[in-house]
Amino acid sequence: MAKIQGAVDIDRERCKGCGLCVVACPCDVLQLQPKEVNDRGYHFAYDANPDACIGCGSCASVCPDSCFTVYRLVLKEA
Amino acid sequence: MTKEEIKKNGTVVAAKPRLITDNQMHYCPGCSHGVVHSIVAEVLDEMGLADNAIGVAPVGCAVFAYNYIDVDWIEAAHGRAPAVATAAKRLNPDRMVFTYQGDGDLSAIGTAETIHAANRGENIAIIFINNGIYGMTGGQMAPTTLEGMKTATCPYGRRVDLNGYPLKIGDLLAQLDGTCYVTRQSVHTTAATRKTKKAIRQAFENAMAGRGTSVVEVVSTCNSGWKMSPVKANEWMEEHMMAKYPLGDIKNTVK
Repeated sequence: MAKIQGAVDIDRERCKGCGLCVVACPCDVLQLQPKEVNDRGYHFAYDANPDACIGCGSCASVCPDSCFTVYRLVLKEA
Repeated sequence: MTKEEIKKNGTVVAAKPRLITDNQMHYCPGCSHGVVHSIVAEVLDEMGLADNAIGVAPVGCAVFAYNYIDVDWIEAAHGRAPAVATAAKRLNPDRMVFTYQGDGDLSAIGTAETIHAANRGENIAIIFINNGIYGMTGGQMAPTTLEGMKTATCPYGRRVDLNGYPLKIGDLLAQLDGTCYVTRQSVHTTAATRKTKKAIRQAFENAMAGRGTSVVEVVSTCNSGWKMSPVKANEWMEEHMMAKYPLGDIKNTVK
């Protein structure tokens, strides 16, 4: 059975910390930075639990600021 | 496997649409406008309309849409976007002309222009963002404001005996013979954004094929105007807005 691994890149300067991606993620990968802020003072989103990502792109589809680049890799078992 | 390896060997499944510019959007955090902007940009790019589309921007929060979507834009006077789009489409029949309007623009000051453009069956696509409030000017009551909903100009909630009923302009436009496609969608979940994308694509195809006016109403949030967090606003919208504005196709003559 093939296994899928994903990864997300987040443009932290575009992010406004609205948190919609955190709710949309089915695998609880994303969190808002609890303390750190970007140049505009927003608590930007980051991949707190990157190993759980399946690259579904849910975060990108609900992101109002197009911050996400989502990668998906299908691992084929030998 | 490390993130770098996944990025190197994997495929990109989602990224910032090519037609969305690098300008930072002025919209409040969590605003539905941004999502609809990226859907419009994606659809225009996928249909190869980047050099062939003319957008007509409204007065309202989306007034700066020309800063964010990299196609040709015209800025119309308040509410007059369908009238301007009519001219643009009649003079350039080979172009894809769409308007992008909010509820204060389309269903308040621009009601006449909207209804008459739709009644003439102009071959334009109208994208209508319905968040039940005047967002840009500070959260005043709009015709689409729900009964009992609190805004800056009805702080005790909208009263039907004083302010009338919420205007369901989508249903109104569906009654006209000039419209070929009227649908109501939303962008609060991944599934909803996919449906909205399909609807906007259908509307743009109708405009190109000359089938009549297409209207895509997007039930949206205005979390600043509603005084809620973005996540809470989405929940509130699902519970209250969608009871009054149910999602789905209202009219589709294109099969």
